[in-house]
Amino acid sequence: MKITLDHLTKKFPNRAKNKPDVIAVNDFTFEMPDGKLVGLLGPSGCGKSTVLNLICGLLKATDGRIYFDEDDVTNVPAEYRGVGIVFQNYALYPHLTVEKNIMFPLENFKGKDKLSKGEMKARALEAAKLVQIDQLMERKPAELSGGQQQRVAIARALVKQPRVLLMDEPLSNLDARLRLQTREEIRRIQRETKITTIFVTHDQEEAMSISDLIVVMKDGVLQQIGKPQQIYDEPCNLFVAKFLGTPPINVFHGKVENGKLMVGKDEVLSADLPDQEVWCAIRPEGFTLDENGPMQCALHGVEIMGRDVSVVAVHPALEGTELRAITPTARRLDDDVETVRFRLDPEKVLLFSKQDETRIRCELK
Amino acid sequence: MENKSWKGWLYLLPAILFLGVFMVYPLMDVFIYSFEEGYNSASQTFYGVGTYNYEFVLHDPYFLQAVQNTFILVAITVPLSTILALAISLGISSIPKLKELFQTVFFLPYVTNTLAVGLVFMYLFDATDVTPGLINVILGIFGMEPIDFIDGPYWAKMLVLCLYTVWIVLPFKILVLTSALASVDETYYKAARMDGTSKWRIFRKVTLPMISPTMFYLIITGFIGAFKAYSDAVALFGENLNVAEMNTIVGYVYDMLYGDSGGYPSFASAAAIILFVIVLTITCINLLVSKKKVHY
Repeated sequence: MKITLDHLTKKFPNRAKNKPDVIAVNDFTFEMPDGKLVGLLGPSGCGKSTVLNLICGLLKATDGRIYFDEDDVTNVPAEYRGVGIVFQNYALYPHLTVEKNIMFPLENFKGKDKLSKGEMKARALEAAKLVQIDQLMERKPAELSGGQQQRVAIARALVKQPRVLLMDEPLSNLDARLRLQTREEIRRIQRETKITTIFVTHDQEEAMSISDLIVVMKDGVLQQIGKPQQIYDEPCNLFVAKFLGTPPINVFHGKVENGKLMVGKDEVLSADLPDQEVWCAIRPEGFTLDENGPMQCALHGVEIMGRDVSVVAVHPALEGTELRAITPTARRLDDDVETVRFRLDPEKVLLFSKQDETRIRCELK
Repeated sequence: MENKSWKGWLYLLPAILFLGVFMVYPLMDVFIYSFEEGYNSASQTFYGVGTYNYEFVLHDPYFLQAVQNTFILVAITVPLSTILALAISLGISSIPKLKELFQTVFFLPYVTNTLAVGLVFMYLFDATDVTPGLINVILGIFGMEPIDFIDGPYWAKMLVLCLYTVWIVLPFKILVLTSALASVDETYYKAARMDGTSKWRIFRKVTLPMISPTMFYLIITGFIGAFKAYSDAVALFGENLNVAEMNTIVGYVYDMLYGDSGGYPSFASAAAIILFVIVLTITCINLLVSKKKVHY
C-alpha cells in the first residue's frame, strides 16, 4: 500500500511557558511507494519517531494529512488503520507465552472478523513460521534472546495482516553481530510478505544496507529522499553528506579562484565556477596516495582494517581534527613518513555553499 | 571463600542477636506458656502442663466472639479495601491534571493518628445530646430511622468497624498501587491500543498481570494486618470490647494479659498461638494461590 504524507506537521506545546511550540515534524511531504522497505534516517531528536507515531495514529497531526492509498486516515483512530508496529523495546507481554503474545491482536477481533481458537492458533503458527520462531511457542519472553524477542514482536505485528509495518529502531537493542543477521532477516520478511515497511533508525549503515528508499530528516525537516546509493553519491546538502558514510566525509574550507579549487594552499582540482568560498567535502575513498598528488597532509597514523587501510592525517584547511582516507593495502607506508600526498577522485569531491550549505553542482576535473 | 565465612556471620550478628532476643525467644516463651496451666509471671510458677489453656480459650464465648469478629472483619475489609484502592489508583493515574493533589488527599489518612480518626468517626456515627450523629442526620433526610451505630445492633457496629478499617488501610494501598501502575511501561499500552484492545481487556490482560506482584503483596499484608486488628476497635468502642461484642483476637489476648485482675498469661499465650496458626495457614494458602496467579 502506498502511503502519502501531505504537509504533515506536528507541534508539541513547550514545557516552559511563553515559549514557542516545539515543532517535531515540519511540513513533511512525501510518498512511500507500495511494497517497499523505507528507512527513516536522522540523528536522535530529529522527529523520525514522531513521524512513525503519526503514521500509526498514536499521535495526532497538528496539520497536514496522511493517506493510505487513496484513503484519508488522518483522523482514523490507531486501531482502525491496519498498522502493525514493532516497538524499540518490543513491548512483549512478559506474562504471556510466545504463542499468546502473537495471538493477542487476533483475540481483539470482534463481530464478523472474530476467529475461532483453532484459526487463531493457525494464524499465529503461520506468523511464527515466517519469522522462524515456531519452535519457541511455549516460552515466555524472558526465556528468549534479544533477537528471538524481536522476531516475536515482528510476528505479533504481522499476524493481523496489517497494510503497513512500522518499526521503531528495530536493531538498536541487539548486539553488533545479531544486528547484521537481523537486518537481513527484516529484509527477507519484507520481501516475502511484500508489505510496505517503514523503519526508523539513527544508524546510517543500517538504513543504507537494507532500505529500498531512504528518507533523511533533520530537526523535523525532510532533507532528502532517494535510493541509498543515490543519497550517498549525490547528497543535497552538507548535513546529508556528513550524516551518511563511515568513516564520515572529510570537510575542508575551500575556495574557488580563477577556475581552480583551492583547499588551503593546495590547488587540488579545476572547477568550473565563479570565485567564491565553499565547503569542500571529500569521501574517504576519494583519496589516493600519490607522491605527486596535489594535496599535502601531515600523517597522524595508519589503521589497518584487513582489506583496507585507513590513513589518518591532518590538513590545515580541515574542518574538525583529523581526516580519514581509505586506500587499498596495496602500498605500504613506511614508519618514518611524516607527510603524505593525495590525488583526489573528482567524483568523490562534493562542494557546498558556505552560506546555506546546499550542494553546488559543477564539473570538477 | 570458606575461611571468610565467619565474616558473613559477624555482619549478621547484630540482626541475629536482636531478632533472637526480641522475636525468637519471646515466641518460644509464648509457646511454652500456652501449655503451662495457670502460669503466674510474678512468681514464675504454674500448676501443671497440658492442653487445658487451649480447651479453655476455645470454649470461652468471648474468644469465639472475637474470632467471629476478626474473620468478618478480614473477609470484608481485605477485598473491599484492595478493590477500592485499585479503582482509586486507576482513577488517579488516568487523570493528567491535579494528580499530585489527589494523591496527597488520598494519602492524608495515613499520616493521621488512629485515635484522631476514631474521634472523627465518633462525630459521624455517635449520637450525643445535641445531634444523632452526622450519618443519622443524612439518613433522616431520606426518611430513615436513626441507628445507634456505637451501642446499637451488632451489624451496625460491625459496619462502622469495617468502614473505619477500610478507611485506615486505604491510603497505603493507594500509594503502593499508584506507583506500581506508574511503573508499567507505557509501550505495553501503546502496543495494546494499536491492536484495538478494549479498555477492559487491557486492564485484565495487561495492567493486572503487570501489577500482580504488588497486588499479592497488598493482599498478604492486608490479611495479616486485618487479623491483627485491635486499636481500631478500641478507638471506636472504647476499651471494654467484650461488652460491646466488638472484640478481636488480639484484643482478647490483650484483655487476658492485662484485663481484670492481673491477667491470665497462659490463656493469652494459647490465644496468641491460635492466632499465629490461623495467620500462618491463611498466608500459606495465599502463597499457593499466588503461584498460579502472580506473574514473574
